[in-house]
Amino acid sequence: MPFLLHAPDGFFSTPVAVALWIVTAVVVGYSANRASRELDERAIPLMGVMAAFIFAGQMFNFAVPGGTSGHLLGGVLAAILLGPWAGTIVMASVIGVQALVFQDGGLLVLGANIFNMGIIGTLGGYAVYRSLVPLLGGLSSGRYPAAAVAAWLSVFVAAVLTAFELAISDTTSLAVALGAMAGWHALIGIGEAVITVAALTFIANSRPDLLRFGQPSAATA
Amino acid sequence: MTETPKPQGLLNRYWWVIGIAIAVAIVVVFAPNASSSPDGLEKVAEDGEFAHAGEDARYEWLPDYSIPGIENEDLSTVLSGIVGVGIMVALVGGVAYVLTRVRRMREGDDGSRQVPGAG
Repeated sequence: MPFLLHAPDGFFSTPVAVALWIVTAVVVGYSANRASRELDERAIPLMGVMAAFIFAGQMFNFAVPGGTSGHLLGGVLAAILLGPWAGTIVMASVIGVQALVFQDGGLLVLGANIFNMGIIGTLGGYAVYRSLVPLLGGLSSGRYPAAAVAAWLSVFVAAVLTAFELAISDTTSLAVALGAMAGWHALIGIGEAVITVAALTFIANSRPDLLRFGQPSAATA
Repeated sequence: MTETPKPQGLLNRYWWVIGIAIAVAIVVVFAPNASSSPDGLEKVAEDGEFAHAGEDARYEWLPDYSIPGIENEDLSTVLSGIVGVGIMVALVGGVAYVLTRVRRMREGDDGSRQVPGAG
């Protein structure tokens, strides 16, 4: 059974939650603006399918040794397929629906959840992917290793950020939160990397043309 | 039925149907078998003894990926997941449609700008 995956209300203090709501609203608004300049009609079904896939993927918690579990975030995958701006819209939509319809994650902390899982990993992960691809010899040889590293980092950095937000919120101490969040999510990030590379491989082999929106050449970040 | 420059097979034209089918398949096959261990944050909250800080939701629609009233847990999970897949396709497809309209309005598009393979 999937259980609640995202931070509930109460985990972050009101100032932290409100601050991250504001940041999230600004970034999502900017992303919508940028996406609207880059997208054409072909992106409509791709964005819908991507959102459905990430939603479904997040429902599947895979077991992690040591008594915990992890699930896909999907931000790096979305950004590679759709470009970072449309990817951010997709991630914000998935996390928003999870909170509003499925009561997964609180409403006051929804901005924080979108920021941690949908913005940092998507925009930051895409930046990592883009800088790594040329270093690894271009798309033909570098796509999958770059995606794997970016995917792992997107989970790890989200966890570290969450630990700091928990500590600033006085929910727990940084000593308790940081090591535990970083440690578990270093493992969970491996799952993210595997799923991201598997999905990319599948798409690259069946419909390589669908990868064009997120190609470094097409993006104007 | 098509005059696109590059003739595509039915499967290629309707790849998005396959994409949605894959999402539904993930829900049907994997979601009932998902690990019931606490996820990363939940585990840290339990071990760090701050799980109690979490508040209950203000209302419940399909709480915890279930459909209230359906006794069979697997069925409840799968059906709620399929509802979610439908919501995501409709919502994000709708958002994407609006964003492309905004772009057209910005460009003062008279419809002459042809997008190869659109639709």
